[in-house]
Amino acid sequence: MIKSLVAIFLAAILTENYILNKFLGICPFLGVSKKLDTATGMSIAVTFVMVISTAVTWPIYTYVLEPHGLAYLQTIVFILIIAALVQFIEIVLKKYIPSLYNALGVYLPLITTNCAVLGVTMLVIEKGQSDPGFGYIQSLVNAFGSGIGFLVAMVIFAGIRERIEHNDIPKSLQGLPITLVAASLTAVSFLGFQGLVEGMLG
Amino acid sequence: MNEILTPVMIVAGIGLLAGLILAIASIVMAVPKDEKAEAIRDMLPGANCGACGFSGCDGYAKALSSGEAKPGLCPVGGAGVAKNISEYLGCDAGDVTRKVALVHCMGSYDNTTDKVEYEGIETCAGAAIVAGGIASCQYGCMGLGDCMRACQYDAISICNGVAKIDPARCKGCSMCVQACPKHLISFVPAKKLAVVRCNNCDKGAMTNKVCKIGCIGCKKCEKTCQHDAVHVKDFVASVDPEKCIGCGACANVCPTNAIKIIDKDGQREIWENKFQMVKCDYCGQYFITKEHIIIKE
Repeated sequence: MIKSLVAIFLAAILTENYILNKFLGICPFLGVSKKLDTATGMSIAVTFVMVISTAVTWPIYTYVLEPHGLAYLQTIVFILIIAALVQFIEIVLKKYIPSLYNALGVYLPLITTNCAVLGVTMLVIEKGQSDPGFGYIQSLVNAFGSGIGFLVAMVIFAGIRERIEHNDIPKSLQGLPITLVAASLTAVSFLGFQGLVEGMLG
Repeated sequence: MNEILTPVMIVAGIGLLAGLILAIASIVMAVPKDEKAEAIRDMLPGANCGACGFSGCDGYAKALSSGEAKPGLCPVGGAGVAKNISEYLGCDAGDVTRKVALVHCMGSYDNTTDKVEYEGIETCAGAAIVAGGIASCQYGCMGLGDCMRACQYDAISICNGVAKIDPARCKGCSMCVQACPKHLISFVPAKKLAVVRCNNCDKGAMTNKVCKIGCIGCKKCEKTCQHDAVHVKDFVASVDPEKCIGCGACANVCPTNAIKIIDKDGQREIWENKFQMVKCDYCGQYFITKEHIIIKE
């Protein structure tokens, strides 16, 4: 049990990294990765929302949508729930944990429509359908690992971008082009982790 | 019919529920807005520079409204903003001494040289990474203009290999202070004041080798000062602006002319001992004008 959870967690970070393997959540990856501290703040907020939205959408899908044969409503219902949930979290944080709100507040509304969050909640259910052993706890661990994977990718890329700033780049490549080249190389480097988790724990 | 109605009902139900919860939550957990802080925030210039010591203009406005901070800490807004805020809060504006940024280096090409020919990225931050910078003095200004680019008010120019700040244009926002990799820029009050325009912490002989106008740490100024304002630490003198009256006695004795007097409004700089010194008939000290002569009985 523990071993399989660790395997799920590591796989979510390294081999199934949402940014660098699945190419979801590219907008914050390119938009907020200019500085290390904003990249970290954004990733922590994403991790937080990923876990909580998985915790809410999984039971709704399993106990409300599926028994009524409404699995095709998955996308629209999930968007609705995640959007409402993020708004709710924002209100709660503002009232009870202002320090956390000050740190994450700017990023929370951005996450409302983040495809990585939606992707996690939907792919987790897809996994559960192909593997009956992949239940609620496994889904939560997967969501948490995905968030940490997001953090890893963001932090690595923020470091790379801070280095790029100090380099002499040809004029035609300045700005976004060189960032995209760097992003693709980072993604290629993550291919190296393929098969690592299975080899370690399998 | 049910095939359509059930999903519509479910989605509408979830939407309604979520909307209700949000509506209730926003009423129950509403955070009262600080109107006072918002009004003050509108008065502040909005540069978000952090020179007041708070996290941007919002932070300062919040501190002002709760009475934790005094008006007049905003160097960008200056006396005008301080007056508006103190009128709004109904308290005393207090003394607003204008502060201007000053480059603590005079290492122009006349006084010092570059030790290497640098062909890298044309920024101070870039050059500073390579063997401590390009200037022969490792503490000195490299003149590549990071501060000039950081300044939003066009107050900084690079002249003869050293940065120069126009005090009249300086708003005191501290952007240049943060930009300088050699930490050569700091604030001084805009009053008649002696400033040591050197940052070299090496021993005198070493300083002499790299710069004609560097502070050699001879302590003549420390001994001369009658007001306990000048102190030498780590072979470089520094002036305490609180105690300095701007008499110019230290600048007069400085063998390398590293100490300069800046004028009251911070606009005029008196170079090379050309200011008039008046000898006091009673105590024998030199002072800059007759008003400064202290009569000791």
